[in-house]
Amino acid sequence: MHRCPFHLALLNIGRLRAPIDSPQIKDFMDGLDAINALAERSPGFVWRYTSPGLNNATATRPFSDDDILINFGTWESREQLWDFVYRSQHLEYLVRRREWFQHMAEPFLVLWWIPAGHTPTLEEARQRLDKLRRDGPSPEAFTFRQPFEAPQNELEPTPAPDR
Amino acid sequence: MDGAQIEAMGLLQDPARRSLYEYVVTQGREVGRNEAAQAVGVQRTLAAFHLDRLAEVGLLEVEFRRLTGRSGPGAGRPAKLYRRASTEHAISLPPRDYVRAAQLFGEAIERAGADQSLYAAARDDGLAAGRELAQSSESVSLEQVGDMLRERGYEPYDADGHVRMRNCPFHSVARQFPSLTCGMNVALLEGVLQGSGLSDQYRVRTDPQGDGCCATIGSISNES
Repeated sequence: MHRCPFHLALLNIGRLRAPIDSPQIKDFMDGLDAINALAERSPGFVWRYTSPGLNNATATRPFSDDDILINFGTWESREQLWDFVYRSQHLEYLVRRREWFQHMAEPFLVLWWIPAGHTPTLEEARQRLDKLRRDGPSPEAFTFRQPFEAPQNELEPTPAPDR
Repeated sequence: MDGAQIEAMGLLQDPARRSLYEYVVTQGREVGRNEAAQAVGVQRTLAAFHLDRLAEVGLLEVEFRRLTGRSGPGAGRPAKLYRRASTEHAISLPPRDYVRAAQLFGEAIERAGADQSLYAAARDDGLAAGRELAQSSESVSLEQVGDMLRERGYEPYDADGHVRMRNCPFHSVARQFPSLTCGMNVALLEGVLQGSGLSDQYRVRTDPQGDGCCATIGSISNES
């Protein structure tokens, strides 16, 4: 099988409706370990970000709004990520998102291509989301609904956007 | 008017051809000519002719596969297998474009974050359908719910005591708005169970597998 020299990175964020330890958020927190474990054994999974000392990312609040949680990871292909996000038990949690997360008018999910094996930083992820919000979908920052293919030229992965 | 669509649908007027098409579709897997011919009760060469016509117009797809798993010289010719084509076929007269309207409604719901309004509307719709079932019989059976699902195009089948559904009636909208559409569907099915008085015995679960419906209906007493 031809191995693509690029992997797909994903950042998605959500603004909690209530404090993370409140009863309203309990089902989300209770399900986290199982869903993270499901991600890890799904075809195409490469890496997921975790807060230091935790099995999840919930202690990391890299946005100025302290209620914003992040989900950040890398996968081998968009199709495999799609299958995990929308065609696995993960779907059940997606369907319930509005119980736990406020509606966000701006884009809250960004995808971008990285060299295979590269582990992106939080700063890189933030820049990609900013790029998507500023300019709409592009090869540097896109979404499931408006995707872009991996770069053809192995020597030139998509550069990080300028500030 | 789309000539190709009309030709394709027109082919299904022939009763033998329609039976063959429906047999292939109901199996949910590739089917060979001999099996289809025997199931429907037509001669093999006639079945092959009909199946090939259906493939020509895009209602069925063809795959060649060695059923024995052997390969190389002497392994035998690969079998010609048929399954339902994934292309959608529709004729609507007068012309209607409900998919486009649904996509725009979906976009609006997505932008407004109105997921739960959609689920509530779907649940109410399911409740009404379930109550209608309950009105026409003493107590509603799961089979009756299955019949209703079949009428709606879900293609339900039994899988280890659960009801699985082979077809997603909302497929193209579900590809664009997966969580909205699946949430809507689950709410609708839950409403049906509730309205028909079956919700203390059966439960809807989100359990997507392959390309079919994301939901299953299972007996509550079977759960650990």
